[in-house]
Amino acid sequence: MVTQGTTLKSKEELKERLSRPEVISGSEILLRSLLLEGVDCVFGYPGGAVLYIYDAMHGNPDFNHVLTRHEQGAIHAADGYARASGKVGVCIATSGPGATNLVTGIATAYMDSVPLVVITGNVISSLIGSDAFQEADITGITMPITKHSYLVRDVEDLPRIIHEAFHIANTGRKGPVLIDIPKDISAAQTLFKPVTEVSIRGYNPTVSPNKNQVDKLIKAIEQAERPLILAGGGVVYSGGHEELYEFVTKTQIPITTTLLGLGAFPSGNELFLGMPGMHGTYTANKSIQSADLLINIGARFDDRVTGKLSGFAPLAKIVHIDIDPAEIGKNVPTDIPIVGDVKTVLQLVNKQAKRADKADDWRAKLKASCEQYPFSYTDSEDELKPQWVVELIHETTNGDAIVTTDVGQHQMWAAQYYKFNKPRSWVTSGGLGTMGFGFPSAIGAQMANPDRLVVSINGDGGMQMCAQELAICAINNIPVKVVIINNQVLGMVRQWQELIYDNRYSHIDLSGSPDFVKLAEAYGVKGFRASNKEEARAVWEEALRHPGPAVVEFVVRKEENVYPMVAQGSTIDEMIMGDAE
Amino acid sequence: MKKHTIAVIVNDQPGVLQRVSGLFGRRGFNIESITVGSSEEAGLSRMVIVTTGDDHTLEQVTKQLYKLIDVIKVIDLSSNPMVARELALIKVNAEPAARPEILGVVETFRAAVVDIGTHTLMVQVVGDSEKIDAMVELLKPYGIRELSRTGVTALNRGNAK
Repeated sequence: MVTQGTTLKSKEELKERLSRPEVISGSEILLRSLLLEGVDCVFGYPGGAVLYIYDAMHGNPDFNHVLTRHEQGAIHAADGYARASGKVGVCIATSGPGATNLVTGIATAYMDSVPLVVITGNVISSLIGSDAFQEADITGITMPITKHSYLVRDVEDLPRIIHEAFHIANTGRKGPVLIDIPKDISAAQTLFKPVTEVSIRGYNPTVSPNKNQVDKLIKAIEQAERPLILAGGGVVYSGGHEELYEFVTKTQIPITTTLLGLGAFPSGNELFLGMPGMHGTYTANKSIQSADLLINIGARFDDRVTGKLSGFAPLAKIVHIDIDPAEIGKNVPTDIPIVGDVKTVLQLVNKQAKRADKADDWRAKLKASCEQYPFSYTDSEDELKPQWVVELIHETTNGDAIVTTDVGQHQMWAAQYYKFNKPRSWVTSGGLGTMGFGFPSAIGAQMANPDRLVVSINGDGGMQMCAQELAICAINNIPVKVVIINNQVLGMVRQWQELIYDNRYSHIDLSGSPDFVKLAEAYGVKGFRASNKEEARAVWEEALRHPGPAVVEFVVRKEENVYPMVAQGSTIDEMIMGDAE
Repeated sequence: MKKHTIAVIVNDQPGVLQRVSGLFGRRGFNIESITVGSSEEAGLSRMVIVTTGDDHTLEQVTKQLYKLIDVIKVIDLSSNPMVARELALIKVNAEPAARPEILGVVETFRAAVVDIGTHTLMVQVVGDSEKIDAMVELLKPYGIRELSRTGVTALNRGNAK
């Protein structure tokens, strides 16, 4: 697998060499600036408008570029890299179709606040606006789905723009920043002086919270009889998981984490209630509805969590801790708003936080509820159940793998049955729900964590949206274990059509998909298939032992549904329990 | 639904108008009028936007605007005493016989005739939006051929706040 084996000393030497003021091209400025930002891996795809940039890469031993097979694969890989490492993910594409192929990936990252710097080429400045060959207004197209974007007009601005882009992407509420570089700018020569300072007048995220609001939170905890923490992706992104653990330990307040918050708190802890929302646990959803204090830490009250807004947490005083002031009060009226970085806020809160003493009955009640209503399914000895497959993966990896998923039923089963204990171990497209994300994001996660086991759980639908990236796993020996839970159907759509559209199954049949084992082998990746428990355990363990990438197809029946389920428009305590009913 | 007049101080950058107007569009905020021009400081432009919505909407508009990197400051002008002005050019049918009557209206409104055609007059009127609405109403019976309004620009009064 491709890695940068640089020692500390050689890193210093590299930095000094890169920082030397020299007359170089815009392309070389780009590469040097990326290296100076600490970028050790870039995913991309060349084309006409980025030829100078790719020419600068030629024979450059410092710069590590992974050639994907589709720009969509490149940006999802960069996204997976960022989510699994906390560093900024970077990808490069050419103008026009190259750039537009990134759009889904940019929107995916934007919805889930993932820091990316996206580099696109554009046609020569003088041709912009003339409908030139492979021209697309990518800054215009991506304006609603980027945190910020730049169209570079002068090569002199390039070092500053790149430095600003990294700063904006990875501070405040993180997100994707796009830099569009016309071809003449990447060719133009100028004296390179690295930029290390950043000063953006209109950009100054609030990190430290208002003390009075923190005091109010402390008081609210003292008074609460039924307090509850709802923690989200913001905990992971701020690196505040240890502070969260301390907060929960001190206050002994039960906690539920959103889909993106999984791993922010150890799931084995007795105060952990599981995930809330549409496919959340019975206890998490019920507890939100009866809590008298709901402390939202870095979650954004997404509709998949809240269900029917007007009936959400009807008895609770709402506290909302968020780096983005626009999230506070956007969906749910808030009693105690706390704007700030989660880690910084919790450090301050923890200085004063005490055990919530009035909540003993509540704790006991929720603990009993968790025992009474765990996630459950009817297992079978004759056929494979997808939930059992996820439990097998959890058991054989000791809950210690980085798990990426695609979108749909398998995603929910992975969230329900893989028990996460560490942050940045769970990579999933929550906000946008992007099919095709699961597998390429695992490639990025693996590049960022060469020494960890990365398992990508996919359905047979989403796998076919980015399967071409199997090539780069084989070529670069990226040892991702690709799981395909094959139910021969678009399972989540099938589930809705069964339950809400009266069994009218419309265009969900995926039978006739390729033989995934042969598909893997066609790319030079080892392929396995299992249709029963015995085979499943045997091939999965063999795949884990295999040193390189592997595709493991688990054939399951199509009729399995994800439960509990809250129908759209219902309050979250109106759950369809399925088999457990 | 209340009408709000807000000023948005932005970096004078290409695309900044698109960023601001696009944000209003995609978040479902209404724009009644928008004006843009230079401000008292080089490199910064001042936009004045008239929008409608309840206080929750105004709060969201403000917070979302602040998320744009090129937005420096957002001021809710209408929460304090302000001067808000708009200019309109109205080309109205004016055969010689009707002209004295029209000129009477123009004079009363302290408006001005800025062009005379064979069959038309062009009237320029400056004032708050209600004044311009009233002027337009009065000229309608003569037949308005073309109408162009600048949209509101505004500042808070010197002794406000």
